[in-house]
Amino acid sequence: MAKVSPGGKNHSRPLLEVRNLHAAAGEAEILRGLDLTVNLGEVHAIMGPNGSGKSTLANVLAGRPGYRVTEGTVAYEGQDLLKMAPDVRARKGIFLAFQYPVELPGIRNREFLRTALEAVRQHRGEPKLAVREFNKLLDEKAKAVGFEPDLVKRNVNEGFSGGEKKRNEILQLSVLDPVLALLDETDSGLDIDALKIVAEGVNRFRSPQKAIVLVTHYQRILNYITPDYVHVLMDGRIVKSGGRELALELEAKGYEWVREAVAAAAK
Amino acid sequence: MTQALAAYDTYLSDFQALTPELDRQPEWLRDLRRRAFAHFQEVGFPTARKGNEPWKYTNVGSIAERRFASASGGPPDREPAVEDLEAVAPWCTVWHEAVFVNGRYSPGLSASAATHEPKGGLRGAVVLSLQEAIASHEDLVREHLGRYARYDHDGFTALNAAFLRDGAFVYVPDGQEIPTHIHLLFVTAGAGEPMATYPRTLIVAGRQSKVTVIETYVSLDGAPCFTDPVTEIALNEGARVDHYRLLLDAGAYHIGTSRVHQDRDSSFASLSFATGPALARNDFQVLLDAPGASCFLRGLYVTTGSQHIDNYLNIDHAQPHCTSRLYYKGILDDESRAVFGGTVLVRPGADKTDAYQEDKNLLLSDRAEVDSKPSLEIYADDVKCGHGATAGAIADEALFYMRSRGLDEQTARVFLIKGFASEVLDAVQPEPLRHWLEEKTMRVLPRFTVEAPA
Repeated sequence: MAKVSPGGKNHSRPLLEVRNLHAAAGEAEILRGLDLTVNLGEVHAIMGPNGSGKSTLANVLAGRPGYRVTEGTVAYEGQDLLKMAPDVRARKGIFLAFQYPVELPGIRNREFLRTALEAVRQHRGEPKLAVREFNKLLDEKAKAVGFEPDLVKRNVNEGFSGGEKKRNEILQLSVLDPVLALLDETDSGLDIDALKIVAEGVNRFRSPQKAIVLVTHYQRILNYITPDYVHVLMDGRIVKSGGRELALELEAKGYEWVREAVAAAAK
Repeated sequence: MTQALAAYDTYLSDFQALTPELDRQPEWLRDLRRRAFAHFQEVGFPTARKGNEPWKYTNVGSIAERRFASASGGPPDREPAVEDLEAVAPWCTVWHEAVFVNGRYSPGLSASAATHEPKGGLRGAVVLSLQEAIASHEDLVREHLGRYARYDHDGFTALNAAFLRDGAFVYVPDGQEIPTHIHLLFVTAGAGEPMATYPRTLIVAGRQSKVTVIETYVSLDGAPCFTDPVTEIALNEGARVDHYRLLLDAGAYHIGTSRVHQDRDSSFASLSFATGPALARNDFQVLLDAPGASCFLRGLYVTTGSQHIDNYLNIDHAQPHCTSRLYYKGILDDESRAVFGGTVLVRPGADKTDAYQEDKNLLLSDRAEVDSKPSLEIYADDVKCGHGATAGAIADEALFYMRSRGLDEQTARVFLIKGFASEVLDAVQPEPLRHWLEEKTMRVLPRFTVEAPA
């Protein structure tokens, strides 16, 4: 599927190409030969039971320490992603929305985000943003995700409720404006109102120049974010792929059905 | 003769040389100093012998065995220039500066430091050298001096009292609120020679008065000097004192003793900042001696190389309805070491006591070490007390979170260190001082330097 961006730059090759990925945390091998191709403009939902490796996939792609890739390749924009430090990945446009956002005592949201955006913009060759311009941008984006002005001034995630933390992830996403967003169980721990706000933020981000990989246990969030593809992850491999109707089928029948079908097909 | 004994002989001959000076002093002071020296001769320097819990982790052998030149010879040949002081100490033209060189008040430096008329002036507050105060406010000095920091506390308080020749005296009359911050700057300028100094500070805050005092120690040539200061602060009913104690005397052996006495409804806030000394002891004790008194002691110590800092903090809840907060943090690099000890004591009958103490340490090197032993001794029933201590490296989780947003590893570390420090430094009220301390904290840690974001 060849796509040409408005700028005329050829994006005929996939944005992300994961091939036969094996990864371990400690001694335990979690990913066991995972394949995934993501093109610009696409939204992929990765679903699966607990312990199937969903979060491991998101974390390995973002470069979290503690995971060991034992086999396979990951190409991002045609480059070897696994060789890049986490901050290099971020500057090149990969963003991980954390399942459990980290509290940073003594570090103010505003200053943290300004420094992060500055690092990203410098990498993109964009000029420095004046403090006033940044503040304006941040305030606009914060308003869009329904973030209390007070939270922007506070220390990063410190004392935030679960919903505020997740909203802060979406605020960071919209300010840093990456290319590939990895959402790790962003829907967990959210009530229905918070879920809608987060989903709106993700939908605003969605565009032909972006891609989203959304990791989730429940199909609930897919009522608000319509995926182009749904993949079922089991025992460290994608065992079934389909359109959004697959998510509804999983919701109705559970994961065991897939497991049985895969086992039957293997016979 | 052992080295230690030779050093003791030096103190003796130095003290004997003071006889003509002692003869000119009021009898009560002469007696105090003679008794203090006799006490020093009797007890000497403390040792980490078995059972001597307060000195379990800090060895002062390096002080006991070394010979320091006594600063009895008067001011140094060349007085430091104001620029020399500005380079090592926080500075603000609207503070009231009192500068002491080798323990003696320097009228010249104090005056030339005051380039601007302090805004609001001293409003009735008295800031004098202790020598002047003994002449002009003898009754007041006599009433308080040595009452809270007793010479027989240990060898160091004894030495300070024996060599008590000058120092700072701050007196705020009843009902006066002093808008100008008072900066007491103690400078050691030894011209390369290891020097012993005995700064003494007495602060008396009258009823319903309010004052901010900054007590700073610096050394100019980095010689291994011995600084043996004693500070006494008395807060009368309803007084409020904001106190900053900055240990910036690079390379020094600094053994400081501070004693605070609080009367009814008084409130005392102190922030201790230590980076400079090779060996530092911050023996700080607050006596909450009447209902309604409250104190908040904060501290930040930043150590590198083989520096050793010992914070020995004691709060004495002698009366009911008092509140105390103790919140110290340390950033330790290289093979430096920190000790946190002392006790919150709640005496029988001190009901409705509300006390909390905490010591948190950030270890930037796996060779750095902390011995943190906060403790509570409670002899009253109806109290709310707690304590905690932590020590750990920069959390990988926090580092990854920041890097996943595009910050390089070094910048992320700097952010986390600054953030850690800010939990103490945000409480610094004078803005120029807060900025100076923030900057100083990072300057002490050159391994963690990044270009400041414009």
